[in-house]
Amino acid sequence: MNKGLLTFPKGGVHPPESKELTEHLPVEAVPVPSQVDILLTQHFGAPCEPVVKKKDQVAEGDRIGDVEAGLGASVHASVSGKVKNIGFAAHPITVRAPCITIETDTEAPPRKFEPCEWSSLSKEGLLAKIKKAGIVGIGGAGFPTHVKLSPPPEAKVDTLIINGAECEPYLTTDHRLMLEHAEEIIEGAKIILTILGIKQAHIGIEVNKADAIEAMMEAVSKASLNGFDVKVAPLKVKYPQGSEKQLIQSITGRKVPGFGLPFDVGVIVQNAGTTKAIYDAVVLDKPLYEKVITVSGKGIKRPANLLVRIGTRVSDIVSFLGGINEDLAKVVLGGPMMGFAVPSLDVPVIKTTSGILFLTQDEIDTSPHGQCIRCGWCLEACPMGLSPNEIGIYVEGGQAENTAQFGVFECFECGCCAYVCPAKRPLVQFIRLAKMKAKKSM
Amino acid sequence: MAPEPSILAVSVSPHIRSGESVEKIMWTVVACLLPPLILSIFIFGFQTLIITLISVASCVVVEAVSQKLLHRPITIKDGSAVITGLLLAYIIPPGVPYWMPILGSVMAIYVAKHLLGGIGFNFFNPALIGRAFLVATFPVAMTSAWLPPIRHASIFKYMGGGVDAVSTATPLYVLKHYGLGAVIEKFGSISTIYGNFFIGWRPGCIGETSALLLLLGGLFLLYKKYITWHIPVSMIGTIALLTWAFGGERAFGGDPLLAILSGGVIIGAFFMATDYVTSPSQPTAKLIFGVCIGALTVLIRLKGGYPEGVCYAILLMNPLTPAFELWFKPKRFAAQKGALK
Ligand code: SF4
Ligand code: SF4
Repeated sequence: MNKGLLTFPKGGVHPPESKELTEHLPVEAVPVPSQVDILLTQHFGAPCEPVVKKKDQVAEGDRIGDVEAGLGASVHASVSGKVKNIGFAAHPITVRAPCITIETDTEAPPRKFEPCEWSSLSKEGLLAKIKKAGIVGIGGAGFPTHVKLSPPPEAKVDTLIINGAECEPYLTTDHRLMLEHAEEIIEGAKIILTILGIKQAHIGIEVNKADAIEAMMEAVSKASLNGFDVKVAPLKVKYPQGSEKQLIQSITGRKVPGFGLPFDVGVIVQNAGTTKAIYDAVVLDKPLYEKVITVSGKGIKRPANLLVRIGTRVSDIVSFLGGINEDLAKVVLGGPMMGFAVPSLDVPVIKTTSGILFLTQDEIDTSPHGQCIRCGWCLEACPMGLSPNEIGIYVEGGQAENTAQFGVFECFECGCCAYVCPAKRPLVQFIRLAKMKAKKSM
Repeated sequence: MAPEPSILAVSVSPHIRSGESVEKIMWTVVACLLPPLILSIFIFGFQTLIITLISVASCVVVEAVSQKLLHRPITIKDGSAVITGLLLAYIIPPGVPYWMPILGSVMAIYVAKHLLGGIGFNFFNPALIGRAFLVATFPVAMTSAWLPPIRHASIFKYMGGGVDAVSTATPLYVLKHYGLGAVIEKFGSISTIYGNFFIGWRPGCIGETSALLLLLGGLFLLYKKYITWHIPVSMIGTIALLTWAFGGERAFGGDPLLAILSGGVIIGAFFMATDYVTSPSQPTAKLIFGVCIGALTVLIRLKGGYPEGVCYAILLMNPLTPAFELWFKPKRFAAQKGALK
């Protein structure tokens, strides 16, 4: 049934999709929590400096942290209330990070946003709005969007790809956004095309989201495209279809060189959720302070797609959803292939949190790992053509520094190798260790 | 507040794993190897089952003892020693004394597998080393304990002595020393030979004779994606081609089908040359590996001292695996050229 669909040629795996838990559930808004922890390192790039003081009053959407240096993006208050503390909090990835805690003023009226006309704005004007709204790539590492949308002039960008692949199992946020906000995503794509000064955009969606493909096609046909060429590209269901390099190859046939960036082959990729955030920033002047996440897994009482304020603690979300099931074994922020396991429910949602998974023992596999039996399955699964088996053996043999020859630095930790390994070897863990010790050389 | 879960597992991604495991692979291979054993009880008699059970049991025991001695984790549950035990029994003649597989298993498991580094590091296929050792140490028994298939008689016919009296010769031996004519004289018309040999009704090692059942097992492994087609196809194809070209009295007069249906071609191609540890992983390397095994097999059969060459052909290629891995690496995504403009 997947014959003839766009896909990448090398590697990849087919984990169970597990999306049936939430794919049919409309996004619901979580009530404003009594307090939020807004981390000052939300994403890739320099940490923010607080621009408010303890006990200051802030309103929903106010800028509370900013960054001057290179690759940062501002952070905003996600609730109205009083700055309770400026200290540290648990971070889903880096363990601990500077944080602004705001105590919510439950009386404060919700902030309203009026749409405005953007077509008269200049490219610089549009970028300024995106920067001001603190938009980052919310589907991935959180690269600041205004930087990504300003490729160097020598890069001849001619194609925009909107990434609606959502290839990670369980996650259904982009799916729901495309169903419920198709027009805004198309409008967001037009804004990006205007900024880049190009005409062509592809919206890549895996065919397990047939209704989203239909919704986006309909929105494209109804939109006034004014000369923009926007197409929906149905993709084969194969992980990691939504990884930038694989997606670019699937849709355009172009291969991003090693250590290169998409614009080296004339492409810019934006995630569907980020595109919606760009629409919000430009048309509504709304900063990125809330986002849609999928909460799923057999370990949570009520799986759901939720609109949550940045800084909401996982524990508040758990209470909203009726608690956890007894056999909960692991909590993962993000997808099951690339997400981060967290030790407690005290961590706040950040801009790049795409989901929270409550996994039970039968959903994960904790069997101890054995020796490599050289089946070669990891070689076949690796979309980057690396040799994870050798990297693992070298790391175990105390030779981590000699692993650059197997391409450790090209590894983007998609997890395909470890997923297929019948000996359950923790290959991504070995690779992370290798990356720390190996010298960068090709 | 939600109750705080007391112990949450924290480990590096990915958090889900495929349902495959080493145990599942190994026990599936074991299952695929069982039908030929059952058939061989009816072909060569009940003692083949005893020999096989002794071989399996001693391989498992030797594995446990070796791992204990070498302070390694004991992994007898993973089924790999069982496979070695089965394969070792399958490639020795059905009339050997019962103690012989025990010696073979010590050589296979302790020396060839564990002294050379344990699973993942052994250079040679352990079962084949076990057989090669037995051939070198007990050449008479290992090259003459052949039995004619049982016809209209009890499966206990060969139990308890009298084996020497009925000893026979394998088709490959007859072919090598007396030519195709003698094979037909001894085993029936060429079409009868194809039919009987395909099902397994011919003199040979315990588990190697039934091309049919071994092929079914091999196809199941292919279907499960536990092995790929490259080595079996290139190895069998090469044997057929070279036998046809050089195996007859005149050029291109050899009988390729007879060559494939005799000796250990099918069991070797699907169950031994494909062993993960001792064969290369990349498709091109596998093809070359299979071709080399096929060519060496025919070379030994036609020019060497033994009538059968599969065992030594695989053993000769096994240690080249690390070199193949070095020469043929996966194509790096990053090494490919960008296709801009
Ligand atoms: S995690 Fe790295 S080595 Fe493993 S499959 Fe993905 S890219 Fe390849
Ligand atoms: S998948 Fe696992 S066992 Fe197989 S070669 Fe790779 S690391 Fe070794």
